[in-house]
Amino acid sequence: MPQILVEGLSKSFRIAERKPGLWGAFGGLLHRRYRSVDALREVSFSIDEGELVGYIGPNGAGKSTTIKILSGILVPNSGRCEVQGRVPWKQRREHVATIGVVFGQRTQLWWDLPVIESFDLLRDIYRIPGSIYQSNRDELIDMLDLGSLLDVPVRQLSLGQRVRCDIAAALLHNPSILFLDEPTIGLDAVSQLSVRAFIKKICREQNVTVLLTTHDLDDIEALCDRILVLNDGRLLLDGTIADLRGRYGDSRYVAVELESITSVTPAHESLVVERSESHILFSVESDVPGFVDDVLRLYPVKDLLITHPPIERVVASMYQAERVDQ
Amino acid sequence: MTPFLRSYLAVVAARFRMLLQYRVAALAGVATQIFWGCIKLMVLGAFYAVAVTTPPMTFTAIVAYVWLGQVLIGLLPWNHDPELQELFTSGGVAYELLRPLDLYWFWFARTLAFRTAPTLLRMVPGIIFAVLVLPLIGLPEWALPPPASLAHGLMFSVSFIVTVMLSCAITILITISMFWLIEARGLSTFMYGVVPVFSGMIVPLPLFPDWMQPFLHWQPFRGLCDVPFRIYSGDIPLSMATQEITLQLLWVVVLIAAGYSLISFARVRLVVQGG
Repeated sequence: MPQILVEGLSKSFRIAERKPGLWGAFGGLLHRRYRSVDALREVSFSIDEGELVGYIGPNGAGKSTTIKILSGILVPNSGRCEVQGRVPWKQRREHVATIGVVFGQRTQLWWDLPVIESFDLLRDIYRIPGSIYQSNRDELIDMLDLGSLLDVPVRQLSLGQRVRCDIAAALLHNPSILFLDEPTIGLDAVSQLSVRAFIKKICREQNVTVLLTTHDLDDIEALCDRILVLNDGRLLLDGTIADLRGRYGDSRYVAVELESITSVTPAHESLVVERSESHILFSVESDVPGFVDDVLRLYPVKDLLITHPPIERVVASMYQAERVDQ
Repeated sequence: MTPFLRSYLAVVAARFRMLLQYRVAALAGVATQIFWGCIKLMVLGAFYAVAVTTPPMTFTAIVAYVWLGQVLIGLLPWNHDPELQELFTSGGVAYELLRPLDLYWFWFARTLAFRTAPTLLRMVPGIIFAVLVLPLIGLPEWALPPPASLAHGLMFSVSFIVTVMLSCAITILITISMFWLIEARGLSTFMYGVVPVFSGMIVPLPLFPDWMQPFLHWQPFRGLCDVPFRIYSGDIPLSMATQEITLQLLWVVVLIAAGYSLISFARVRLVVQGG
């Protein structure tokens, strides 16, 4: 029996529409038009204990909706969903006592209270026994380096500090599952690295199951053995990073900055993704070292950078491929 | 105490401590309340001086009614907790549902702090003025009298606890409306017109015309001021007090039940704002 089981999960929202402008506003008073938006369509997957799974997809793909259903906040329209044998929205209170959730864009800490008081309040809310609370709290403070932040009111924390405190807050009650919704969004490089290292550590050492949504493919590569790719409410891929790259273009982006304005050789014409006066961005499918050799030989290169294509591009090409298949 | 109850009390205590920070706002409120109390007593005193028939309440009962009202005005459920409003507009309501607490009682706990903390802050200086300062400045007939008897005082305390519950139950209904309205300012404006009048805060309810009395007697807002204040002054005799408190309590039960079922209903159709 997997720890998280999702079968044919669908969720749609009803959105009130109105025509723009003053007449639209008046019209809306008399007659509301609703549009139904499918956030999730027949999504199925299962996750075992101790797995660290990345959940990716563009904005509006339905990632957050999935997290909110799995954590008992939203009720789906149809489909089956069980987490540790419980239906999240039906047995919400028992369920949420065993999970931790972080929404990177919101805080669960009390805005005007010092961090430590928020922690104490969570101890009372989750009814964490005193000794367990103390050892958990001290360990988290140590691991996430929160010692100097404890007496600071939450509103005065920087984003990176706040996210670290939020992650600690989500783990005080020893949850066996952790849902992270864009935990690294907006973080600087140092904070991003420390958050990643921490996630990896608790997953490995305490066998916490982690489901993580992100836009940052680097997050995924650093952390996850397995990824779920969602687009437009549909699950497109359930596999490893290598599967994703292998199936949908294992390309590299080569960004070149030129000393002087130069034209691109005809052989490279088809590889250009973007071009401005002194910058060229190539997308290279195979033999990246050979291509880089050519570039250094043919152009007056001032600087050169090789990256993965952004996740949106990979998913977009994957989505296009899926459409062609149908 | 059960650990279950303790978690709700922790929520009350935390919010209470936070709200006690707004001391300057409270002080400004006290000045307004004292001013209004004096104006009301002047107006009602003038009416009493020229009354051709015997008024339905003694002037001492009126004085108690007015001062208790002014001192406890913060309990009137005519607004809602801005912190909960913020949860609805920003989508923070998602985190509320992540707590292993019953949503209704979780919000009841927050609301209890929201209603009582500012009231407590304003109450103390208000009472000092109404009890001690007024006799000193030569207005002993305007001073807040003690309860009619010890028994009346005890009954008042019971009724007052029910008043606090009633106030929270109504405030939560305003909060719950945000599941549909997102923004409860409109409803609060409406309540601002209704609650002070029908609770007796503007004019003591026994002074309203006779034909309105049956309606005034049965509506829920009466339990906010009229019932406890008149028990205090003895205008409601002890023999009637139990019955009045039962009616008050009945409304609490009805309104809590209404709020509770509305929350369960809204949960199913919840949409979290801002993704």
